[in-house]
Amino acid sequence: MNQDTLLQVRNLKVSFRGEEGELTEALKGINFDIPRNRTVALVGESGSGKSVTSMAIMQLLPARNTVIDPASQVTFEGRDLLALEGAELRKMRGKDIAMIFQEPMSSLNPVFTVGDQIAETLMLHAGLGRRDAFKRAVALLTEVGLPDPEKRAKAYPHELSGGQQQRVMIAMAIACEPKLLIADEPTTALDVTIQKQILQLLADLQKKHGMSVLFITHDLGLVGEFADDVVVMRHGEIREAGSVEQIFNAPANPYTKALLNCRPHLDSRPLRLAVIDDFMQPGGYVKPGERVRGYEASDEIILDVQHLAKSFDIRQGLFGKRQFHAVKDVSFQLPRGKTLGIVGESGSGKTTVGLTLVRLHQATGGKALFHGKDLLAMSAREFHEYKRRIQIIFQNPYASLNPRFTVEQILTEPMMLHGIGRVQMERVKMAQALLDRVGLPARSLSRYPHEFSGGQRQRIAIARCLTLKPEVLICDESVSALDVSVQAQVLNLLQELQDEYKLSYLFISHDLAVVKHISDQVLVMNKGEVVEQGDSDAIYRAPAAAYTRKLLDSIPTGWQPQAA
Amino acid sequence: MTTMINQAAPAATETRPQRGLWAMGWRRLKRNKVAFCSFWVVMAYMLLAVAGWLNILGDGWRAQIAVPYAPPSFLAKTVADTLPPEAPVAGGTASAPALIMVTPEEDPIGKEMEIARQNMGKYATANDAKLESLPFGADLRGRDVIHKTLKGASTSIFVGLLGALLSIVIGTSLGSVAGYFGGKVDDFLNWFYSVFTSVPDMLLLLSFAAVAGRGIKTIIIVMALTSWTGTFRLVRAEYLKLRSREYVQAASAIGASDARRMFVHILPNISHLLLVQFSLLTVALIKYEAILSFLGFGVGVTQVSLGSMLAEAPAELVQGFWWQMVAVTIAMSLLVTTFSLLIDGLRDALDPKAR
Repeated sequence: MNQDTLLQVRNLKVSFRGEEGELTEALKGINFDIPRNRTVALVGESGSGKSVTSMAIMQLLPARNTVIDPASQVTFEGRDLLALEGAELRKMRGKDIAMIFQEPMSSLNPVFTVGDQIAETLMLHAGLGRRDAFKRAVALLTEVGLPDPEKRAKAYPHELSGGQQQRVMIAMAIACEPKLLIADEPTTALDVTIQKQILQLLADLQKKHGMSVLFITHDLGLVGEFADDVVVMRHGEIREAGSVEQIFNAPANPYTKALLNCRPHLDSRPLRLAVIDDFMQPGGYVKPGERVRGYEASDEIILDVQHLAKSFDIRQGLFGKRQFHAVKDVSFQLPRGKTLGIVGESGSGKTTVGLTLVRLHQATGGKALFHGKDLLAMSAREFHEYKRRIQIIFQNPYASLNPRFTVEQILTEPMMLHGIGRVQMERVKMAQALLDRVGLPARSLSRYPHEFSGGQRQRIAIARCLTLKPEVLICDESVSALDVSVQAQVLNLLQELQDEYKLSYLFISHDLAVVKHISDQVLVMNKGEVVEQGDSDAIYRAPAAAYTRKLLDSIPTGWQPQAA
Repeated sequence: MTTMINQAAPAATETRPQRGLWAMGWRRLKRNKVAFCSFWVVMAYMLLAVAGWLNILGDGWRAQIAVPYAPPSFLAKTVADTLPPEAPVAGGTASAPALIMVTPEEDPIGKEMEIARQNMGKYATANDAKLESLPFGADLRGRDVIHKTLKGASTSIFVGLLGALLSIVIGTSLGSVAGYFGGKVDDFLNWFYSVFTSVPDMLLLLSFAAVAGRGIKTIIIVMALTSWTGTFRLVRAEYLKLRSREYVQAASAIGASDARRMFVHILPNISHLLLVQFSLLTVALIKYEAILSFLGFGVGVTQVSLGSMLAEAPAELVQGFWWQMVAVTIAMSLLVTTFSLLIDGLRDALDPKAR
């Protein structure tokens, strides 16, 4: 083993035993090295085996249904980690190798203060006394850039924001000066601006402590800025491994090329996004032309929202109430066949706007004129007719389909409720046609949602909306939960449907690149207020508001020659 | 952990088509040997119960076919020796004529006695050939313990099942309304619930039973009225959680009415919980019935249940006649144990998280 290699993975093969004893291969014998003092990024989509790899290194896989091939080897400084047991294993975890997870909130114990939780790690591994450990915890919190660390050390996890919680997790991970830090999607649950800060922090700490970092992510764009080496995984195999420069400049594997191209870019807007199949086929990918976007004077306005407001009552004390203004004075117009993108971070009120328009929330003020009639002032009976014409697609494809319904029931229910199609046979036929339209086979009708992948479920959700032939479709973070390659497919589908049916989209997302790709006009929201509004090209080229500039600066740019 | 399961799932779908939750639950139950055996035992009990209601089984439990406390046949000889002598009873009737010194003319009821003696043949019951022993003994009136146990178990299961069903219906309807609508409706129903649960269960059960009198119908209603509270809390919590789920919101967005969302969209999603709750309640109510009958508030005197059989046990045990109690104990513990094991299995098999 090379002196400079910290961790060596050889022929790592992991299978999971299913309920009926059948084996599913999650890792098909992978090999890679983590050199000392370097950052290695493990990139792959869901199901690629990237998380399984990290859990296998830490021996966190459930022993009950995991089968690790006896020929597998994970060597850390000359010791075989897979052979470690009991006390040795515990000593290795936390002290030599530390890990941070995606969800900081569920990784922190809610009934202990964050200072105590960090101190506990120190008392266990560094053998410090309680008082020293707490002092060190405060020092660590200072190091990870938590404002007012003395006070925050005595705070409970729920009193901190998501970004602050992740900082606490990082402080806990570096508490014992580990030689290897495994970061499993550490920024996926965070807003873009916070994501940027956390990544910067990780990069700084890596340099300062001279540790190695194994950075696991689904977003190839993220790793360009601060990883040294990249390992691209798919279906439990390593597709390509190399330095970041090589991966970004001269990717050899078609899958890597596809991943780099699937994500919408800020500086181009192709007619159709590239998908993985484009690269896997012989002939390769031919870049289509550019699409021009923007509102035009001749557009027919079908939805005119004026001074929309929504506030919630928050209980305070025993009887007190406080008003929380989720949306304040939002106005916009949506023409036929065009897309208005709404961007903002969590808590900006963008989702509330969408839910208020379909009356899943009751607005507290303003008007929403749909073909001249105010949607918000209608009685529930009057609005029933309009539900058909304005539909919503939710973020989480795993939660938005009733798990006890077959796809046939899911698709025919809205038609039945609105009297579309005379008999069930007719409705089933229409459902079949729609399934075909969104690219799913007709035999899917008799299946249940859990039998489909995330992207397929989102297609079903789209088909459900289309059954009603709506005019306006509200997409509430509809592609955020999907893998990059699947995201591209769904975005392409939405675009095709818009071209075909002249649909108008209200596209709500936190992802600026996606919004830029699909929107004609963009509305930037922050804390319930509109910060800026205008044609997407104009806003992205020359943002007027400071907040918009901050958002744009936080977008990961991928690998840049000057950054290397 | 979750990522792992997600990764395993797509591969499984490719190889073998999966079905709905119930089909998967059944497969999982089959794999759990203990639960699966319990399932068949419980099913056998259910068959027995149905046979009992249709009077196919245990119908002859009222027939007094043996001598009082006839012992089980496998013990017949030894117990016969220790049986109390019948002499006092026989001696009493035999010595009566000797004591009466009046002539028929002097006797004030002599004529009636004469007529009665002549008609005796008409009313005499055919109690001539009383059996000395039965396969599992007899009770005080010489009724077959096996028949009695069969019929009693059938009654108990009937009471348990119907009581649990009624209780689930009450709990689910109140719980779903409270959880779905929230606000004032929820406040009111919670208040109602709190008042109900503030009274000790047994006291409530006994006071209801005391007011309503004996009988199977009463006991079912009484038990349902006192046992819906657990289901109410469970269902209310589930509705609170599920009503804001995206698929319910999506149903609202496509124009589904409140009732449709409550019963077509949400209810099937908690049906597995209700099944487990129903099984739990059935076991609990079978036990409650036994307690009530034991205390004398249970089934009527003309009916038999496991509880009313147990009520006879103390007096018998003092005299050393243990078979009725043992029969009831075996029947009841086997039922309750297998039912409980089955519930455990069901809970695991139907747990969506285990998927």
